[in-house]
Amino acid sequence: MRAETRIGFILLLTPLVLWLGLLIVIPHIDMALISLRERISFGVYEPSLAQYEKALTEPLYLRTFGRTAVMSVLATAITLLVAFPVAYYIAKMAKGRLQQVLFLLCLIPFYVSELVRTFGWMILLRETGLISSLMQWVGLADQPVEMLYNDAAMMVGLVYTSMLFMVVPLVTTLESLDDSVIEAGYDLGGNGWSVLREIIIPHAMPGVVSGCIVVFMLSLGNYLTPTMLGGKDSLWFTEMIYNQFIVRSNWELGAAFGFMLLVLSSAIVWGMLRLTGRTLQETMG
Amino acid sequence: MTRTILLTSTLLAGLAGAAQADTLRLLTWGGYAPDDVVEMFEEQTGHTVEVTKSNNEEMIAKLRATGGGGFDLAQPSQDRVMGPQMEFGIYKPIDVSKLNQDLFIPSMLEATMKNTTVNGDVYGVPHVWGTSGLVLNTAEAGDTVKDYTDLCDPAVAGKVSYRLKRPTLIGFAFAMGEDPFAAYGDEAKYKEIMEKVEAKLVECKANVKTYWGGGDELMNLLRSGEVTASMAWDTGGWKLNGDNADITFVAPTSGALGWIDTFVLPAKGQADDAAYAWINFVMQPEIAAKITASAGNFTASAGADEYAEEGLKAKYQASFPQEAIDNIKWYPPVPAGLESIEGEVLDRVQAAN
Repeated sequence: MRAETRIGFILLLTPLVLWLGLLIVIPHIDMALISLRERISFGVYEPSLAQYEKALTEPLYLRTFGRTAVMSVLATAITLLVAFPVAYYIAKMAKGRLQQVLFLLCLIPFYVSELVRTFGWMILLRETGLISSLMQWVGLADQPVEMLYNDAAMMVGLVYTSMLFMVVPLVTTLESLDDSVIEAGYDLGGNGWSVLREIIIPHAMPGVVSGCIVVFMLSLGNYLTPTMLGGKDSLWFTEMIYNQFIVRSNWELGAAFGFMLLVLSSAIVWGMLRLTGRTLQETMG
Repeated sequence: MTRTILLTSTLLAGLAGAAQADTLRLLTWGGYAPDDVVEMFEEQTGHTVEVTKSNNEEMIAKLRATGGGGFDLAQPSQDRVMGPQMEFGIYKPIDVSKLNQDLFIPSMLEATMKNTTVNGDVYGVPHVWGTSGLVLNTAEAGDTVKDYTDLCDPAVAGKVSYRLKRPTLIGFAFAMGEDPFAAYGDEAKYKEIMEKVEAKLVECKANVKTYWGGGDELMNLLRSGEVTASMAWDTGGWKLNGDNADITFVAPTSGALGWIDTFVLPAKGQADDAAYAWINFVMQPEIAAKITASAGNFTASAGADEYAEEGLKAKYQASFPQEAIDNIKWYPPVPAGLESIEGEVLDRVQAAN
């Protein structure tokens, strides 16, 4: 009997170990080795820390690095602000069929690929696009308005792309909040604001934190949206990694950038957990 | 009994056929292997062709990642053969005697072979050639923009688009009176030229609507009138010319930049015979003309011009008077090390405000 459970355990564990080992651990070790060498001449490489030195001393790389982090945090915050009322309405105010319909509506944009969704935004925002034409027709503008290729357009794209990943965990946690607890809060003399602050937000905290982590990771690692909507001023760290690997054929610096991104995202997630006083176990469990 | 024998012999015949017929995994550009040409080739030779579309950088990155495996025939530009071969060894020498050399335009074959020779071995033969220069809406920007640097003119502010890639750096350098190709061997001099170009591009950034990435993106911008002056390939301009007679390709006064896409054999290619067969097949004048019709660019096939479509010939002649042809600057092979200089310049331009 015990031997059988053991075999079952090993069989169940194998796919996970293979997945982690082959697709995550081994490539990362290889990347680490690549990032720790320097090209001397044709096909000759020497171990060195030159790539990290370059990445940390060139102001341009550091600026992009910082910009990507700040913008991702901002995108996460905006997503939370937009998604919280939506999630609250779906979980607490809407009843029965309406609830399912609303939830489905949040899901529908994800039936098409990210590329198509981004193109959708480009059609809306471009100079000859829908919004610009509408504004001219209404009389708000007397010439075509360009709304693409700036940070605001990029932010809109990022928030739109990650909405669902914030709404789902929020709805789940908010649904588990008993209505009578909120009522009790009002009975004890609380108003809308204090009930929100003392009861609803503390209860929703696990959902908020896990939603934020997912959205932050998605924004930080996004390549398509910043490149397409940000245009000439978009400078996203993933784009720099792509450039180093593909365009410049400089795998060493690209690998170093990759590791910096990994460290940065881990550090910010850790910081977020510290700030909210939660552990990873509480958030994930 | 007879049935069994019949069956066995069919099976055997099938096996024999399979041994000869290879799968040719072709890594190429959009339009270089149109469906009808692939079908004709498969019918004639029994080989099957798998086409993967890509661009220079991705071709080299893919081959580098596998050490030259995964494909049997690739088509990088001729200036990207020597450097990557010396650096990564991702190609194998071409046995030119297996090719029907009469099918090629002699001068082009000779020049490409010379530019792709490493340690006495030839690595590339020419296929499709073309130029990059200015694609303009001549009605709106034709009077202002005559050369690359005119893209920074206030008259076209906000209506300009170009790529943030090396052809832009080279084009601007020529337009600013420098000769970057002559400085290929002199890293210090090249760096100096690139710094001047960088200053110009940073200054010019306010004029640019966006840096385009893919051809379709630029086509949309020009077609909708959001962009009136851009730096692009000749074919792009000619294609748009069909929809809007005002838009066309113009060779800049400092000279259009000429490129030749080649055939190379990846180091771990497994179907060399099929690759040679494909090259010999597509270089036949009638077939080459089909590729010209689909890609929009002319090929190095001798005599294919006769079969080319009249409309395209007319557009070509309008964009390229004789002196513009003589003024084409052909890309020499890129020495190693220059691309990292260019890369840093491009990064800084992208980050500038």
